[in-house]
Amino acid sequence: MIKEFINYLSSPLYSFTGVMAFFFFTVKRPDIVGSKKFGLISLVSILVIFGWMLTDPVFFSVISLPDNIPIIILNAVVLWSWWFAIHKGVENDKRIAAGEGPLEGTPENREKVWAWPNLVYTELFAGIACTVFLIVWAIFFKAPLEEPANPTWAPNPAKAPWYFLGLQEMLVYFDPWMAGVVLPGIILVGLILLPFIDTNPKGNGYFTFAERKFAISGFMFGWIVLWIFLIQVGTFLRGPNWTFYGPFEYWDAHKVVAENNINLSEIMWIKLFNTGLPKNIILREIFGILLTGFYLVGIVPIITKKWGHKFLKDMGTIRYYLLIFLILSAASLPIKMYLRWFINLKYIVAMPEFELNL
Amino acid sequence: MSEELKTSLNRREFFSFLAVGWITFGAAVSGLLSFVFRYLYPNVVFEPAMDFIAGFPDQYPEGVDERWKNGFGVWIYKKDGKFVALSNICTHLGCIPTWLPAENKFKCPCHGSGYYANGINFEGPAPRPLERYKVSLNPEGKVIVDKTKVYRYEKGEWTNPEAFIDV
Repeated sequence: MIKEFINYLSSPLYSFTGVMAFFFFTVKRPDIVGSKKFGLISLVSILVIFGWMLTDPVFFSVISLPDNIPIIILNAVVLWSWWFAIHKGVENDKRIAAGEGPLEGTPENREKVWAWPNLVYTELFAGIACTVFLIVWAIFFKAPLEEPANPTWAPNPAKAPWYFLGLQEMLVYFDPWMAGVVLPGIILVGLILLPFIDTNPKGNGYFTFAERKFAISGFMFGWIVLWIFLIQVGTFLRGPNWTFYGPFEYWDAHKVVAENNINLSEIMWIKLFNTGLPKNIILREIFGILLTGFYLVGIVPIITKKWGHKFLKDMGTIRYYLLIFLILSAASLPIKMYLRWFINLKYIVAMPEFELNL
Repeated sequence: MSEELKTSLNRREFFSFLAVGWITFGAAVSGLLSFVFRYLYPNVVFEPAMDFIAGFPDQYPEGVDERWKNGFGVWIYKKDGKFVALSNICTHLGCIPTWLPAENKFKCPCHGSGYYANGINFEGPAPRPLERYKVSLNPEGKVIVDKTKVYRYEKGEWTNPEAFIDV
């Protein structure tokens, strides 16, 4: 009963919305999430719930795959660092608000030490510890070798390496050109551009949240929600035929999910106007083209007028428009996901004739 | 002219030496690189032939037939007197879909694209239907499937007489 409820709640629509809601709560009230009490309660409840979930044979069989163990480590590390950063940031924000300056800036914390031996020894031992860990891991968990590759057969489900599963999950909602080339390209270029766009010296060398609220929450939304969470979905909740399965649901290859997806052109011309698709490609896709144009160009002055004029003044034209472009590109992923879930939208602009779909 | 000048090179000789040296060097390097380039291509390729004889059309049952899928990557689909050869490459990102007889559809294991038995895409992210290969009859009346010619639905090529056989 309760397992069925969890299965139901973990469907992409609810779990993605839940993770987004929790993320925005974290950003809105870091003082609650970053408190020691909250950290302790969530640590204990995560351990208890995870332990209880492990007793389920289906969940255990998915979680204990050798491929999936790095993701459990990743979850622990990401959750811990995210909470720790907020905790430290909130602590410092209180001190800064009281006029004391960050904890890292106090005289006893500003003492300097030599790189040799202090840093080099630490690095040496960290390196040895990592090697030992990897060797022990390699001994206990064998590499999942399969039969020789066959170009006319694919395993079901066919999963990418664990660090790319977020990307693979993204591909469910986009054309391969978009989710495989354009968006990852924008992610890479965006990461390279970060030091150019963000020239704010605050938060340099000390934890803070209040001083860098927009920068931290913007970056962490892309990292936690759009990358880490999608890796979870791709790893634990996608089974045969890339169909969605709840954490306690048996991976039945014959699970039938109706997901008839249609393009925006079909919604407009066939459902709304009842005329059938026009022959001319541009005319057929005119709504999608207009919508995309509005999203990438037309919406920018509106954002600028409502929220952006202060940023525009502080950052200068080039930095500001680069930032807006990056934000719009990142936001296109959740928008497309919700459109898929709510109106079964396949592509906003669909031109398979030119291998171009948005 | 003194003995001294004879032992050293003049300007013209220096450049001709330089040219000969660079040309030799360039030839040697490109010769070596050509070996590397050759090495990148396998000596033997275990690839199925691009065309094959698929037997008599009346040997096939109605609907989807999987007998050539593992060897040649082709599904035979026979319905309403039409005999076609479907490519088994997903039009989304090139994975190999699975034929699910119970659901009467092809389903891709990579991103969940789904196709009807005739190859038309209807679910998941696949932007266009499965491609069809050229089919023809040889003098014996057997089907020849030629994978070098593909016919794409969105370009209106499925009505091409080479894309199907009337049976």
